[in-house]
Amino acid sequence: MAEKDILLKVENLKMYFPAEKTLGGKVTNWVKAVDDVSFEVERGKTFGLVGESGCGKTTTGKCILRINNPTEGHIYYNGLDLATASRSEIWNIRREIQLIFQDPYGSLDPRQSCGDILREAIVLGEGRQSRKQVRERVDELLRIVELLPEMADRYPHELSGGQRQRLGIARALACDPKLIVCDEPVSALDVSIQAQVINLFQKIQKELGLTYVFIAHDLAVVRHIADTIAVMYLGHIVEIMDAEEIFRNPVHPYTQALLSAVPITDYDVERSRQRILLEGEVPSPLHAPAGCPFNPRCIYAKDICRKEMPPLKDMGDGHCVACHVCGRK
Amino acid sequence: MENKEILLDVKNLRTSFFTESGEVKSVNDVSFHVNRQEVVAVVGESGSGKSVTQLSVLQLIQSPPGRILGGEIWFRGENLLTYDRKKMRTIRGNGISMIFQEPMTSLNPVYTVGSQLTEVLRVHHKGMSRQEAWRRGVEALKAVGIPDPEARMKNYPFEMSGGMRQRVLIAIAVACSSELIIADEPTTALDVTTQAQVMELLMSLVQENGTSLIVVTHNLGLVTRYADRIYVMYAGRIVESGTTEMIMKNPRHPYTLGLMESVPKLDTEKGEQLIPIEGAPPNLANMPSYCSFYPRCKFACEECKNRPHPELRSTGEEGHYISCHLDVRGGKVNG
Repeated sequence: MAEKDILLKVENLKMYFPAEKTLGGKVTNWVKAVDDVSFEVERGKTFGLVGESGCGKTTTGKCILRINNPTEGHIYYNGLDLATASRSEIWNIRREIQLIFQDPYGSLDPRQSCGDILREAIVLGEGRQSRKQVRERVDELLRIVELLPEMADRYPHELSGGQRQRLGIARALACDPKLIVCDEPVSALDVSIQAQVINLFQKIQKELGLTYVFIAHDLAVVRHIADTIAVMYLGHIVEIMDAEEIFRNPVHPYTQALLSAVPITDYDVERSRQRILLEGEVPSPLHAPAGCPFNPRCIYAKDICRKEMPPLKDMGDGHCVACHVCGRK
Repeated sequence: MENKEILLDVKNLRTSFFTESGEVKSVNDVSFHVNRQEVVAVVGESGSGKSVTQLSVLQLIQSPPGRILGGEIWFRGENLLTYDRKKMRTIRGNGISMIFQEPMTSLNPVYTVGSQLTEVLRVHHKGMSRQEAWRRGVEALKAVGIPDPEARMKNYPFEMSGGMRQRVLIAIAVACSSELIIADEPTTALDVTTQAQVMELLMSLVQENGTSLIVVTHNLGLVTRYADRIYVMYAGRIVESGTTEMIMKNPRHPYTLGLMESVPKLDTEKGEQLIPIEGAPPNLANMPSYCSFYPRCKFACEECKNRPHPELRSTGEEGHYISCHLDVRGGKVNG
């Protein structure tokens, strides 16, 4: 097998937030938002992180950008450990790692015109340039995200949701990034617009050779855009697999339940397929269960599941599952 | 065909908002009906008028700027638009209940769940004692699958998760045993696994209590699984209607077809491109005289622009209607 070209490697990442403190300031309880997460992202590929709210997918993304300082673990980007890098090292690397936010309404300054928003990012990212160079770059960025050049003079409130998200993408592209963390970039958009933006993401990736970490709760969207998918539950990755495997061969009981909960538009398939309805809700990360995080809702749970956290085991072809029961084959 | 009793019959409803930029025709000549014990879905994107249509049924449109300009809303044989405010109040809750989209904001944060539930019961059943209302409230919470309902009655909304709160809203809707429940994006704010639980709950209510249900949603998958019939809305009008099977298997309006093609599917091949609908929805304050989907339609021809907006017409299949000049079948124009 050919050697994989790994751009980003996350090892045993932990991000704990203090939840309760004594009067003396000693932390007595932690919210383990991300608990021992490891994965690799290949250059030029898309890595999808799926999970329900509170599973730690956004926190993982924020750790990669060092918006959160991880409690423990390593994040290797091109050999540099971002988790321990100094501020100036991070500042340099930020140009190469960009973030696209979920909310195109809240992440753009309403008092700056679209052109100003892009100009700011260009100047901050690439240093001093002549006005002409900057203007040409703004035009180029707008062209890449398929916005009209006139848009540069408009303000965010004059744009539609889809156009705003395109502008958000253009801003992320301003300083020639290598890796983009996309946090729910299409979930606020209507279906017809969502498809336009997803296609745009794929087009840009092909043209500029970008690597994406694509965070979303919509399994179908992630399935469509990602090469590899990691399913998260309560701070842990429970399954990592090739994107095509998730529909053909989901192994972890949570992945199976998640998949069966996603309604699909094929009438005959949808009406006839078996559904797995999960009981109860995701437990609060403040009171995470002992052992496997999924054991209180799992139909296969055995004694060992309530005591020990199952490790992520490779089942062959890079399909890794963290389950005591289903992982054994 | 079996004899179906019509519970709600809306005819030629028109609702507009009068804003600074002119009259916004949010609901433009919309007709639809709901049979008893039927699950009807109203599908459309944001701004298509699907929510405003349902709010108009309950006359919950804020006025000004909004106004119901015309039409008829027949419920149990009476036209609700002839009702005054006082009489309308007897319909809300008792006859028609509504479940709103945001479980976070539709409950009052400073009252316990119990007091909000019993308030609704006591308003709608004059003379019901507090004890009786409390008892019925606990029953309602139990019916929607909330564990330990006695204790939960004393909780405040912030002590509950999103899924729980949505169940409480359903419990409030159920408590008055309405004949029709309108659920406006009931699961949009919820996670997929919780979404499945809440939808199953709503469906069990339909089956057990014989309630009718209108689900307003943009989620086509949800509709495929649960609805009996579908109305597709675009720019304030209904553009296609029919049974779920007809519409999902054989969409005849270019917009419906476009929606289905733009939804990412779980079983597509890698690298397959989505087919989006180009452009953006029209500005409702400035609608063209011709078909409102014309600028985005990939089948559009010169004729579409020269003719007025197409009326709803039968496709030939019983109960399947579209508003389109063209005959689109299997993704191609015929004839």
